[in-house]
Amino acid sequence: MPKLQQFNLPDLAEGLVDAEIIKWLVSPGDTVELNQPIVEVETAKALTEIPSPYAGEVKTLHHEEGTTVDVGQPLITIDTDPGGASGGDEPPAETGALIGEETADGRTAVLVGYGPKSVTAKRRPRKSTTAPLGEQVAAPVAVSAPAPPQPSPAPAPGSAPIPAAAPGGSVPVLAKPPVRKLAKDLGVDLTTLTGTGPNGSITRDDVQSAVSAPAATARPAVVSGGEERIPIKGVRKFTAENMVASAFTAPHVTEFLTLDVTETMAAVARLKTLPEFEGVKVSPLLLVAKALLLAARRHPMVNSSWDEAAGEIVVKHYVNLGIAAATPRGLLVPNIKNADSLGLRELAEALTELTVTAREGKTSPADMSGGTMTITNVGVFGVDTGTPILPPGESAILCFGAIRDTPWVHEGQVVPRKVTTLSLSFDHRIIDGELGSRFLADVGRFLADPGTLMLAWA
Amino acid sequence: MVNGDQNRAGPKKKAARGRKKPAAAATGPVDMVQLLTPEGERVSHPEYDVDLSDQQYRDLYRDMVIVRRLDAEGTALQRQGQLGIWASLLGQEAAQIGSGRALAKQDMVFPTYREHGVLWTRDIDPIMPFGLFRGIDLGGWDSRKYRFQMYTIVIGAQSLHATGYAMGITKDGKVGGDDGEAVIAYFGDGASSQGDVNESFVWASVYNAPVVFFCQNNQYAISEPVIRQAKAPLYKRADGFGFPGVRVDGNDVLATLAVTTRAMDNARHGNGPTFIEAYTYRMGAHTTTDDPTRYRDSGEVEAWRAKDPVSRMRTFLERQSIADTDYFDGIDAEAQQHALDLRERVIALPDPEPGAIFDHVYSGGSPLVEREREEFQAYHASFEGSEH
Repeated sequence: MPKLQQFNLPDLAEGLVDAEIIKWLVSPGDTVELNQPIVEVETAKALTEIPSPYAGEVKTLHHEEGTTVDVGQPLITIDTDPGGASGGDEPPAETGALIGEETADGRTAVLVGYGPKSVTAKRRPRKSTTAPLGEQVAAPVAVSAPAPPQPSPAPAPGSAPIPAAAPGGSVPVLAKPPVRKLAKDLGVDLTTLTGTGPNGSITRDDVQSAVSAPAATARPAVVSGGEERIPIKGVRKFTAENMVASAFTAPHVTEFLTLDVTETMAAVARLKTLPEFEGVKVSPLLLVAKALLLAARRHPMVNSSWDEAAGEIVVKHYVNLGIAAATPRGLLVPNIKNADSLGLRELAEALTELTVTAREGKTSPADMSGGTMTITNVGVFGVDTGTPILPPGESAILCFGAIRDTPWVHEGQVVPRKVTTLSLSFDHRIIDGELGSRFLADVGRFLADPGTLMLAWA
Repeated sequence: MVNGDQNRAGPKKKAARGRKKPAAAATGPVDMVQLLTPEGERVSHPEYDVDLSDQQYRDLYRDMVIVRRLDAEGTALQRQGQLGIWASLLGQEAAQIGSGRALAKQDMVFPTYREHGVLWTRDIDPIMPFGLFRGIDLGGWDSRKYRFQMYTIVIGAQSLHATGYAMGITKDGKVGGDDGEAVIAYFGDGASSQGDVNESFVWASVYNAPVVFFCQNNQYAISEPVIRQAKAPLYKRADGFGFPGVRVDGNDVLATLAVTTRAMDNARHGNGPTFIEAYTYRMGAHTTTDDPTRYRDSGEVEAWRAKDPVSRMRTFLERQSIADTDYFDGIDAEAQQHALDLRERVIALPDPEPGAIFDHVYSGGSPLVEREREEFQAYHASFEGSEH
């Protein structure tokens, strides 16, 4: 007999309310072992893997990757007795309830002090029989299901959700005073709602989604009247904080340089044919990175940071080269440690590895800390240039634009050449216009004639 | 129980001290007792040694494998929502098993919340602390019966309890012979910065209390590295308080056994306290609520992985032909069985009755508490029969 076991998202630390599904490590139909990692989730505290509490066959993954799931919501359903006879709607087996599930005696297993929400948010569901699994899974979809948005939605006929209070029951509806006020203002009858807060209490979100109620489950982005509200969190929040901190502490100056990089493109093409570079990706970005590293060696002050607390400028004699990367998780700036000590092939390998790691969403916090200078490659999007904001703690960022075939005066003739624009934002507290200009000009000199400058600066 | 032979090294050998190979992570003259290198090579030390039978060597290995496996189950259970939190001992098996197996039956242990390995050496059912981590009891157990006090969450507080307890033993006249009692207080490098720990050093020293302070320096106080806590090696602090301090390779089960055995015997014979710094590394997170990748780099973790306490013991057993593959497989299977059994029983732990919170407030009861219990129970009963 198939035995379906549903596993709800637990509180992975102390008092977390939700987690984002980053990556499923199993698919429906897969066989899983006990404690085999099944999913990677990101909480406010950490990126972490969850091990399977059951051995068996994966039946259902309840959420897509990228979804934020509340603690207590179903995560995965596993058949712990696959190959048994039919009957997929068997109730879950009763061997030891998980937190948030009901035990055989009908009590909800809840960690003292942690109080994860259960989907149906029953208050003290003693003596009730365990609902068939199908019904439990359906519950989140059915929450506040009435189709047309109405100021005062009636409960869906025959629907699964259990109201926070039975009509005419002796237990009062649980809701905080500001929520009651909100419901009154919006004309929502609290007794018709299903509470998702602690102990089944009705929250502000419950009231608002009852008003705007189309498809119900869209918690991360509540749609109303053509606007979308996206909660600010995770990488987006982190990026915003960094940008604000940087933009309002370091006085930014940006300079531009448009130049002929035909020689750089030729060098890239030649490098690709060399046996020494077999198996690695050689790109214009590689030479831009090299140009930056060599120019930084000639102008060490560019590779420094402003230590307000100590009243000191910290000049770094190593370059941890940051590369701004657009990833599924958002903007990340992992860096290549001690990039200045790497040979060109090693640098190419490090760039490739960094990009692949970032795309896979596996960039670790260590990879992102300690950057000293950064390159942002907006050229890949076909854009000419920009005025980048410094990553906090760094004093220079180079922006690399698109390379275009452009009419250009070359040896007295107007001919088509490969032309790009570089821009450099720098912290004017440390770097004066002269130093910034000389540095940017040196990056440009290298890219205009990489062969010669490589020899000259080696 | 296995006993190191503390009389092996005579005073004449003391002259050799300092010429011995210096400690692994040394800046300046740091001496670290080591009997088994990370490569599994058995080395000698002028002052410390163990004289063990093959069976005793195998038992130490078995202990470490089992506590590591049980610990992994604790972490998994937390990730599955069965525990509120778990404090992993991963990487610290040798420090805990070596010191735990050095204890005599009559000795008393004052643990932190991470001493699952020491608990195992006291022949206590490993499920005992799981109620605390599951949030269904307060971690109270009969510490007299188990000779193992409650897990202490407050950092360093147990060092004071241990010292007071040790002073009591002296007053009871229970020190001064082979059957004397001694106390061991566990804490970490972070606790070494606490006032409690330093105060307990003062009291233990001037009262010559039969206590051993066993510090597992796992390099981090949550996220704070030990270099931000101490500029001199921790074990040298004992000098200032007037009792001996020893640094031991905390990933070497033989060395921790030898050093702790000597220190406990000194204490039980009335020779006063010892501070042992077991130099080790927490391979996992501080607790399941922590993400160590945010404050330490993977290179550091890998460097310590090469010093793993279990694999070095296994290498030693293999090289000395003390154990073979069948034996190792058998131990792995046994550890797995212990873990599955633990899992099943943890999940089946019953929730406490709501009224249980009023139990044990006063040993002889109290009218006020009884009245509150009744009120609370009446309140709960008011929900009976209602649907929600």
